[in-house]
Amino acid sequence: MILAKFYPFIPEPGLMIWTILIFSLFWLLMSRFAFKPIAKALREREDDIQNALDEATKARQEMANLKSEHQKLLDEAKEERSNILLEAKEAAEAYRKEQKAKADEEFRIKVDSALEEIENRKMEAMVTIKNDAGTMALDIAEKILRKELKGNAEQEAFVKGLVDDIKLN
Amino acid sequence: MRKATICIFSFIFLSLGILVAQDGHSDNNHSHGTEASHEHHDGDGHDHKEDHSHDAHDGKHDHGAESHNHDDHDHGHDHHGDAHGDNHGDHGHHHHCECGSAHHEYNAGEVAFHHIMDANQFHLFGDYYVPLPCMLKSDDGFKFMLSSSFGNSGHGNGAYAVDRYVMVHGTVMRITDPNFPMGKVEVGCYGHEEKEKDGKVLPHYTVEYKGKCLELHEKSTLDGGVLGGGITSFYDFSITKNVFSMLLAFVIMFFMFTRAAKGYVTRKGMAPKGIQSLLEVVITFIRDEVAVPFLGHKADKFLPYLLSVFFFILGLNLLGQIPFFPGSGNVTGSLSVTAVLAIFTFILTTINGNKHYWEHIVWMPGVPAWVKIILTPVEIMGMFIKPLTLMLRLFANITAGHIVLIIFVSLIFIFGGAPTATEAGTTGGSILGTVMAVPLTMFMMAIELLVAFIQAFVFCILSAAYFSAAVEEAHH
Repeated sequence: MILAKFYPFIPEPGLMIWTILIFSLFWLLMSRFAFKPIAKALREREDDIQNALDEATKARQEMANLKSEHQKLLDEAKEERSNILLEAKEAAEAYRKEQKAKADEEFRIKVDSALEEIENRKMEAMVTIKNDAGTMALDIAEKILRKELKGNAEQEAFVKGLVDDIKLN
Repeated sequence: MRKATICIFSFIFLSLGILVAQDGHSDNNHSHGTEASHEHHDGDGHDHKEDHSHDAHDGKHDHGAESHNHDDHDHGHDHHGDAHGDNHGDHGHHHHCECGSAHHEYNAGEVAFHHIMDANQFHLFGDYYVPLPCMLKSDDGFKFMLSSSFGNSGHGNGAYAVDRYVMVHGTVMRITDPNFPMGKVEVGCYGHEEKEKDGKVLPHYTVEYKGKCLELHEKSTLDGGVLGGGITSFYDFSITKNVFSMLLAFVIMFFMFTRAAKGYVTRKGMAPKGIQSLLEVVITFIRDEVAVPFLGHKADKFLPYLLSVFFFILGLNLLGQIPFFPGSGNVTGSLSVTAVLAIFTFILTTINGNKHYWEHIVWMPGVPAWVKIILTPVEIMGMFIKPLTLMLRLFANITAGHIVLIIFVSLIFIFGGAPTATEAGTTGGSILGTVMAVPLTMFMMAIELLVAFIQAFVFCILSAAYFSAAVEEAHH
């Protein structure tokens, strides 16, 4: 007869009321003190991990960017350096040339002025010589003239010719 | 390492099996030893039958001519003998109890059914019980006491009646006779009888008191008599074995989970550790495989309930797997418990149902009108059938598991046990039974462990599916 009455299958008010009470309390307290805080903490941690991963990716990207920038900068610097070197070389060359030209010019000017000076001196000497020669000729001529000039036209022309010859020289 | 573990387990199982089998033997020996009193009973039985037919003839009582005793556990010889001798024929309108059972054949089915029952005390071993608080309500008012007040006359039976309440096989019952003395009264043996009334066979328990056989009422149940229960003279709101198991599971899990939750605060920003990492995996699984796929952005709202239902069922399933105190309760295998859980899911589904949900139940859009007329009753029935299946599935799975386990353990007694009450079983038979029972029981326990998780998960995922149907937005 025990078989006929299947006790676990029969709903009992006492057990049902206790189940309602205990399960409600279980639901309430576990949600409040366990499930909600744990779910929140898990979500926060997942967000943290996701953020960390995102940040790492971003940092890696930035690193790559920075690296390429560095490379670019380096390349630029290298080019700049070679440019500067080239420019410096050119400048030095130009300077050298310029200096050389200047020196040449100065030399030429000096030579020129020396030549001019020589010419001037020569002219001066010539003038002096001419004057001296004239004086001397005049003296000679005077002496001659004093002797022969008295009335001789031919002689006078001759003397004149002599004087012109001297001038030409 | 694995072989060693299996060896140790097998050894423990075998030892336990043989120990238990010998306990059974001692029972049989006990029966053997009191054979004299048995004979005496047999004689009583004959007398009694005569008395009984006499009673029936008098027409004072409506008892059926046949009175069966199905009580295989209770011997109660001493009480019976004394009481019978003293009070024979004192009161004509009380027939005498047949409590000293004539047949003691081991009945695995009865043992299994007894073990999956709720009880008002917690069996430890032998005749030792953990007393549980009893809260009983009758027309006389509330009665609070410990189950130990009933005393112990063996096999979970109480030795005393307290305010007309008695303890039969670990369950509180009430003496129907209103003239029975209140307070603590020593009573005799317990039996089980059937009486026929209006063509219906009504089984009931009996207790012997001063030679009279008194009818007992079982606690009130809500089946309306359909399943053999019904409203009787009292209600039992006790902390029973099942209620105790629920409270214990609650306390254990609350401690575990709050500890884990604290870990997220004290060890913030660190990797999970210990119990935290154990529970976190399961919580994440329920969230990502159950709540989110079904409920999407509304998952957070229902997640605490889904987790509660999952862990409540899982905890009780696992606690019920432990074959001794404080486990062994058949909590999730009680319809009362699974019904309450299913009702919670039903209420949550119903109060969260949106326009779309009700529209699909009451007047399904996009189908011809004549189909709607058929569909609407089906959908309305479906509303209730869904939680009904939840309730029955969990109940049936867990109860079936418990029964199969007990039947397998029973092999020890069936093979080695006594064919009748007066014959002792054989050691050889019980060893053979143990050899058979151990691998089968181990296998079944492993399966049951799986079932414990699967059923908790199934209840949880189906609840999520019902909530999902209730909160789903129209997507036409």
